[in-house]
Amino acid sequence: MDQAELPDIAHAHVAFDDGLTLECGVGLRRLTVAYRTYGQLNADRTNAVLVCHALTGDQYVAETHPLTGKPGWWEMVVGPGRPIDTERFFVICSNVLGGCMGTTGPRSPRDDTNEPDPPRWGTDFPPVTIRDMVRAQKRLIDHLGITRLFAVVGGSMGGMQVLEWAATYPDAVFAAVPIATAAYHSAQNIAFNEVGRQAIFADPDWLGGTYWAHGRVPARGLAVARMVAHITYLSEQALTRKFGRRLRGAQTAGLFDDTFEVESYLRHQGSSFVRRFDAASYLSITRATDYFDLAADHGGDLSAPFRDTRTRFCIVSFSSDWLYPTSESRAIARALNRAAANVSFVEIATDKGHDAFLLDEPDFHRTLSGFLAGCAVHAGLPE
Amino acid sequence: MNVAVDPVRYVAKNMRLDLRLIAEMIAPGSRVLDIGCGDGALIDYLFRTRGCDARGIEIDMAEVTRAVAHGLPVMQGDADVDLVQYPDAAFDCVVLSRTLQAVERPREVLRQMLRIGERAVVSFPNFGHWQVRWQLFARGRMPMTSVWDRPWHETPNIHPCTIRDFFALCAEEGYRIEHWLAVDEAGQRAPWRRFVSLANLFGEQALFQLRKAAP
Repeated sequence: MDQAELPDIAHAHVAFDDGLTLECGVGLRRLTVAYRTYGQLNADRTNAVLVCHALTGDQYVAETHPLTGKPGWWEMVVGPGRPIDTERFFVICSNVLGGCMGTTGPRSPRDDTNEPDPPRWGTDFPPVTIRDMVRAQKRLIDHLGITRLFAVVGGSMGGMQVLEWAATYPDAVFAAVPIATAAYHSAQNIAFNEVGRQAIFADPDWLGGTYWAHGRVPARGLAVARMVAHITYLSEQALTRKFGRRLRGAQTAGLFDDTFEVESYLRHQGSSFVRRFDAASYLSITRATDYFDLAADHGGDLSAPFRDTRTRFCIVSFSSDWLYPTSESRAIARALNRAAANVSFVEIATDKGHDAFLLDEPDFHRTLSGFLAGCAVHAGLPE
Repeated sequence: MNVAVDPVRYVAKNMRLDLRLIAEMIAPGSRVLDIGCGDGALIDYLFRTRGCDARGIEIDMAEVTRAVAHGLPVMQGDADVDLVQYPDAAFDCVVLSRTLQAVERPREVLRQMLRIGERAVVSFPNFGHWQVRWQLFARGRMPMTSVWDRPWHETPNIHPCTIRDFFALCAEEGYRIEHWLAVDEAGQRAPWRRFVSLANLFGEQALFQLRKAAP
């Protein structure tokens, strides 16, 4: 699998020269946050919605992706007349800390040397957490002159950021929508992430993490990581419905060619992923999700960070999601009940698995738009 | 859709009938939890007409989705297991509208309601109504009326009670009945409302406002 290195393209961004001190104690001297916005910020700056992207998402929510040429990853949800209506809301999405679409991460030049042309961080990039990601987003929000976000919305790892936002900056979040997520990573979540990481390490082009210095890409390892992860995003029903045991064609050359349709599908998922994602970023971000345990950060009590919160929550899970199952969402809802918080909680019936939050799910879209409309009444936003 | 296979635990109910009567018992601006809120008609009404911070719990996911899609703060949950999560005195008023007879442990649900809320408003269909009594007496079969309208083997109403039963339970538990009334199915107050025995015979449903007796 020959693979060119991820091209360095320009992303709209803001740079903070005072950097950011990470939870691990390391200070980044310079922080760059790449972001996109859609719609208009109103005069009172009260209609801003922050969308938090998932593990392999990025800031290109509702527009053609500059690398892949594909539509934005959430165009079904964000846009004019969509549940997050860009004719009403000012939508912001930034690439997460540790990412590879312009925000500071393993591909950024090191800032801890005085060399004129510093090398990339690579695997020396300090470990980041979900809270670090959120603190970087807060810098962006402050920079945009927004003191309170009307809503913070995100699925999967984006949902973790939503929870972290509501826990860390309760007064800056009027409404929070954590979707298909959990308040901590389970052993099973960590286990699947670890398989992906080991696949990257096992790739001969990984070169101990210095692949970028030699113009190489651990494409096979990263593709396998994506293939494993992709299985966890689907459900058995969805795989059966889409592929069953169907064979690709009558003639197959060898025993281990991609004989079954599902194999060919996964290989395609893997190979297209490596054209838009960096292996070191994948390691950095999966690690951040593994570290995530919101209750542990608050003395073991998940309700503690939400005590006296005035944020309105809408928790959404999907019935066939086994990566972040409904039981995890229910645990969040119950913790919010213990804090007497205002919480809506819906499980959407679907056979599409974890990925359902990215797909055409009318009940989910109605739920999201109804919740935001209700919150807009309570927030006093003009119609 | 797994909504279709979810067991129907609670009776289908027309919230509009007793909605106004319940709302009258709730002070403007109260913090209200409506248990078994259905599509959220009462919480919507309480927010719009009384400025209440009203929220709901509903077991039927299709109803929950409908309510949230209408912008109402409703969570999917089960009165029997989810009320224990709330802190003491989280609400001014906790409403249980025509759901008491369908929960697993009605006594415990009432206790939880009066732990998490200062007041409880409970409505339930009266099993002491004369038609129910007459059918059982005359035919020796489980009654089927406009209120009790499902056969015994299909009904979600596993704990029916009469108005007198409810008075007895309140006495046992030490609840103060601040207000009660019996109404017919159209939600009209019945003239016999001050006489328990008559209400128990002619009231099709009952509405109680309770609080814990002062210690």
